Amino acid sequence: MSETSALNGRVAEGATTVRDAGLQGMITLRGNLASTKLKAICKEITGQAMPKAGQAHLDGDTGLAWMSPDELLLLVPHGQVAEVIARIDAALAGQHYLAVNVSDARALIAVEGSGAREVIARLCPVDMAPEAFGPGDFRRTRMAQIPAAFWMEQDGSLRVICFRSVAEYAFGLLSNAATSPAVGCL
Amino acid sequence: MLILTCPCCGVTGEETEFHAGGEAHLTRHGPGSSDDDFENYLFLRENPRGVHFERWRHVNGCGKWFHAARDTATLEVFGTYSAQTTEPPQDIIDAITAKRPGWSWREFK
Repeated sequence: MSETSALNGRVAEGATTVRDAGLQGMITLRGNLASTKLKAICKEITGQAMPKAGQAHLDGDTGLAWMSPDELLLLVPHGQVAEVIARIDAALAGQHYLAVNVSDARALIAVEGSGAREVIARLCPVDMAPEAFGPGDFRRTRMAQIPAAFWMEQDGSLRVICFRSVAEYAFGLLSNAATSPAVGCL
Repeated sequence: MLILTCPCCGVTGEETEFHAGGEAHLTRHGPGSSDDDFENYLFLRENPRGVHFERWRHVNGCGKWFHAARDTATLEVFGTYSAQTTEPPQDIIDAITAKRPGWSWREFK
C-alpha cells in the first residue's frame, strides 16, 4: 500500500478550492448486485444499503457507489482495505465475484466552494444544474481527456476520482477551471 | 451533436462519453466458411444515408456495450437497446417506422 497520495496533499486555494483528498481505501467489487449475500456483506462493511443506478451512499470515507450494472465501488478507510477484502472473500466464497484493492490505482480530489458545480460543468459533458445533479448522485464520465467519476457530498462539495497516473493532469484541469470567476448559471 | 442514452446504466450523455463500435447485428463467419461469407463479414459494411444500426460502448461510463438505432443524416436517435440480441426489438422497429415510413436496412424493414 502506498504511503502517500498521488498529489501529496496539494491544494489550490480560491473561491472554489481544489485539494488532494488524501489516501482513500477503494475496493472494486464485481458480481451479481442482486445477490443477497453480496448486499449483506456490503451493508455489514459500510452500513449502507445497495445504491440505485447513478447513486452513491456515503458517509465520510465509508460507503458504496454504483459503477455499472455489475460493479460497485466500496469506499473504506485506507488502512482497512486488506481486512475488508478478507471479509468479502469469506462472505462470498463459492459465488462468482471479484474484489480487488484499487486504492493505489486512483486519486481522490475534493472541489469545494460555491463554484464547485461550475468547475465540473466546464470539464464534463454532464448537466450540473441543482435539479439534475445533487447530493448522493454519482456519475462516471469524461473529464476533458480522461475518464473520471464524481459525487456530491451533503454540503454541496464534490469529490472527483481519477486514475493515479493522470492525477497531475486532473488537478491541473480542476484548479485551472476553478480560477475563472463563477458565471452564476448554476 | 449525437445524444445517446445507455440502456445499461440509464445515463444520457453526448457522443464523446461513448465510443462507436461499427455496424450492428453482424454474423461472424470464421474458418470453414465460404470466401463470399468471409469477405462479407470482414469487409462489406452498410453506409446508409438515413436509418442505421450501430454498436456503441459507454466507454467513459459503465463500460457496457449496447446497440443504437439512429439516422446518419439528422443524428436523430430512434432508440438504444441491449447488446444481447441478434436483431432490433419490435419497439425500436416501431419507433423507426413511425418516423421514417418505408425504411429498410439490410434484411430489416
